[in-house]
Amino acid sequence: MEGLFTNLYAFEWTRDNPWLMGARVLLLILPILMLVPGFIWWERRLLSWMQDRIGPNRVATLTIKKDATWAPKFLRGSKWSFWGLLQPIADGVKLFFKEDITPIAVDKAIYFIAPAIALFPAFALGATMPFGPAHKAGSMYALLTPVADVPIGVLYMMAISSLGVYGIVLGGYASNNKYSLLGGLRSSAQLISYELAMGVALASIVLASGSLRMSDMVDVQQGPLWGISNLPIQNWFIFTPFGFLAAVIFLICMIAETNRAPFDLPEAENELIAGYHTEYSSMKFAVYFMGEYAAMFVFSGIFAAVFLGGYNLLPIRWDALAGTSSSGFFHAMDTLNVVLAPLWFVGKMMLGITFYIWLRATLPRLRYDQLMNLGWKSLLPLATFNFIGVAAWLYAKSILGPQGTWMSLAVMVGTLLVLLVGYGIITKRSNDKDFAHRTVDMVDPTPRRSVELVDTGAAS
Amino acid sequence: MAFGAIAGVVALASLGVVAFNNAIRSALCLVLTFFLLAVLYFTLNAQFLGIIQIVVYTGAIMVLFLFVIMLLNLGGINAVMQKRDPKIIFGGVLGFALFSLVAAQVLLPLQGVTTVRAPDDFGKPEYLGSALFSNYVWPFELASILLLIGIVGSILLAKRRILSPAMDALNAEDAERGVGE
Repeated sequence: MEGLFTNLYAFEWTRDNPWLMGARVLLLILPILMLVPGFIWWERRLLSWMQDRIGPNRVATLTIKKDATWAPKFLRGSKWSFWGLLQPIADGVKLFFKEDITPIAVDKAIYFIAPAIALFPAFALGATMPFGPAHKAGSMYALLTPVADVPIGVLYMMAISSLGVYGIVLGGYASNNKYSLLGGLRSSAQLISYELAMGVALASIVLASGSLRMSDMVDVQQGPLWGISNLPIQNWFIFTPFGFLAAVIFLICMIAETNRAPFDLPEAENELIAGYHTEYSSMKFAVYFMGEYAAMFVFSGIFAAVFLGGYNLLPIRWDALAGTSSSGFFHAMDTLNVVLAPLWFVGKMMLGITFYIWLRATLPRLRYDQLMNLGWKSLLPLATFNFIGVAAWLYAKSILGPQGTWMSLAVMVGTLLVLLVGYGIITKRSNDKDFAHRTVDMVDPTPRRSVELVDTGAAS
Repeated sequence: MAFGAIAGVVALASLGVVAFNNAIRSALCLVLTFFLLAVLYFTLNAQFLGIIQIVVYTGAIMVLFLFVIMLLNLGGINAVMQKRDPKIIFGGVLGFALFSLVAAQVLLPLQGVTTVRAPDDFGKPEYLGSALFSNYVWPFELASILLLIGIVGSILLAKRRILSPAMDALNAEDAERGVGE
């Protein structure tokens, strides 16, 4: 055992107590596992509220009989309703006791491991995500989070999220069902397309923060806004022009990566029954379900860490306001901000989940060609232009020096505007050209020239 | 020990790639091989290389492989059966020759090495980036141009069969002039 650990020292991030390592892993995974039922309840309640329904409100209702002798008199016959809070437990029990059907024609080995493969990236994704101030010396969060503060944090996240496609594709393939296979294929095409834009959007943030390490990114966001040193507002990337663009792109890609509405084509029920998990029942289905929710949760966390200032409650620099004084309101707020950091972080994750549910209630599902057009023709060029804009800004800043903050900001905004206008012109023109050919005629499609005829060389 | 264990699994998985009759199983073994290869890179302090290995090979290329295999439905019953062929012996001999050639080059300098030789920060993105953009900037740019040519070429090959407005316009012009019919 000793030998194993000394050898593992080659991994930079295992160079401390193995017990502490285990504790960090548990501190990442247990909250996710425990919060997933909560999300399911929250989704059902919020969705029904948005759709003008009541939703699950019956489980977790406490009624005391009128003739209960054990209760004090004034409580008899009273009834409390806890908004159906225990509904997810009832759901879980139902899933456990359902018959676990394995169709005869499935590819057994792959059919069984596919849900596990789907669950793995959802949990592994959060390993580089800091729940608290990991850099603050003496803080206990430095020991407990993140699981691995590796210098390749964001890349690690990209790598693991790109593995997420396997669970879905393999599940779809192993089910030996046309609809499942179609769902799996759609999913693989979708994930590959959106990964690119996501990577480029993150790359612009990596440029701006100068590090791939996630805790460094949060540290950079604690600086003054736009580099104006006397401003007591934190430099959250969503407040900067390029960061806002990158955040929008990342948000769209993140929803596509987790296969949620409006990008839930792999499980579009009116086209594919239930998509890749049509043939799955009982706990295997539950594992898929859980993987999806865990991925949503972790992706919200990454969004919060990269764009929303991580574990800071408000974008206010309490430490700068407090100055050197060790008492008073600002100092108290600073302490509160640091001590309860994980709470703020999980709160931001909840906001992310709520946004997911909101989108699901609001937007209709995209058509397949719309999905591909959005990914390749809008998001990827936009992310690339954004990337160039950030590079131009950094270059301007390096020329103008720290005095030229406003100048460099103007340069950045100007570059972004020029690029956006250029982008708008390009996409407008290409969309106009394509429009006649790419729209789907629902009724009476006009006959078009067959594909073979286009190849003039072969035809003549 | 960690290295040895992972290397053993990699060897088994890569054997599985050629041993399985089912194309999907083979592809999955290849996925496992690529993934664990990345872990091997991690143990050798080459973190950036390892993570790029996962992003590019495991996450993108192998997904496309699976996509194509599923689309063509190569898995399952239609296992590829190979006939007995005298060429197998010839190929085996050549393969062994290549293996011994590479092994002779690799094994000799590795004798007696028990610990990782690379310094701790050898594979960190900072060092890799500064090396790529200072000493090796020309090879880097050349490689990127090569990749660009590859992309343009593949688009050209794929685009030929798609109805495009430009092609339509050209065809219309040809038809007016009476060329090509």
